[in-house]
Amino acid sequence: MSTTEDVLLEATEVRKAYGPTDALTSASLRVRAGEVVALMGPSGAGKSTLLHCLAGIVRPDDGTVRYQGADLALLTDRGRSALRRTDFGFVFQFGRLVPELTCLENVALPMRLNGERGRVAARRAREMLGELDLADVAGKRPGEVSGGQGQRVAVARALVTGPRVVFADEPTGALDSLNGEQVMQLLTTAARERAAAVVLVTHEPRVAAYSDREVVVRDGRTRELEVIR
Amino acid sequence: MSIGHTLLGLLENGPRHGYDLKRAYDDRFGHDRRVHYGQVYSTLARLLKQGLVEADGIEAGGGPERKRYAITEAGVADVGTWLATPEKPEAYLQNTLYTKIVLALLSGRPATDVLDVQRSAHLDAMRELTRRKTGGDLVDQLVCDHALFHLEADLRWLELTAARLDQLAKEIA
Repeated sequence: MSTTEDVLLEATEVRKAYGPTDALTSASLRVRAGEVVALMGPSGAGKSTLLHCLAGIVRPDDGTVRYQGADLALLTDRGRSALRRTDFGFVFQFGRLVPELTCLENVALPMRLNGERGRVAARRAREMLGELDLADVAGKRPGEVSGGQGQRVAVARALVTGPRVVFADEPTGALDSLNGEQVMQLLTTAARERAAAVVLVTHEPRVAAYSDREVVVRDGRTRELEVIR
Repeated sequence: MSIGHTLLGLLENGPRHGYDLKRAYDDRFGHDRRVHYGQVYSTLARLLKQGLVEADGIEAGGGPERKRYAITEAGVADVGTWLATPEKPEAYLQNTLYTKIVLALLSGRPATDVLDVQRSAHLDAMRELTRRKTGGDLVDQLVCDHALFHLEADLRWLELTAARLDQLAKEIA
């Protein structure tokens, strides 16, 4: 049974507007260490905005986001950037790999940005690609691999720094069923093995089925359910 | 589908005769399968015995079934519990879910709650299938995928319905 001590990341009554449009009106959510949480809901409901607030990319207008008990709003921009590099990993819909770099260099990139030496970063990146059965694509550029392979490389890049939380925004949105499934299996299995939590935005039930629980976002609000079984 | 709960839900808007109830049921939910008079009266007799409905007067000069029925407080609570309880996830649930959604809207209950608890139950079933699939061989994968795609179809219908609730509420009012 989870307790409040397990809570790694917590949003409390988060509100965010873009100009006159409310993206989030009141979103609250707790993510515990090592769990996979799916944010579901219709397009425009505020799922991605909530993910960006949780990841410290977007600053809420109101409410708080705490990571390991610390209010993200009280960190400097530099502090938040450092947190995103060391404790958080990201997987986006279209991978967003750097096209000029090889897959190995893409996976090494977060470590290089953290100041790691090139040789050490390359060695760890190669190990990570090997662990995820991606050694074959190490020397290829993103344009030379399939969409599914590219997205698996993006998973490797997200996990290589040993993050406590991986944020995945529609990670299978651009893939067919089989490739989408392989990416979800890789992401959730590898994250669970490394005790990393995953916050997953998806509108696809079969993707959400890889989560431990779902949180529904509708009209900028999160919903907690009391289900009679 | 539970005819008893559906009749109870229809009675929430006010007392009715058995004949009116049959007509309301057929209009809203009968589609290709209308309810028989006998079924309506036997169900009402059972609900009466259970204390979920009560007699609300008998029309003078009427035949044997001119009795009017009203829902009791216990009946209202029973409908509420039924609406809040997700159906066992299996394919082709639309009729039951559609009925629950319409009755929730008619009685002023939040229809989104009906959809949300059902989504949760469906996703739990899909998680279990996904776990079986992940640890299984190709046969397991194919069998589980078949069930997963059917459950997903239910959920897609559910999401579409959620997006159309306002429109549906206007049309059935």
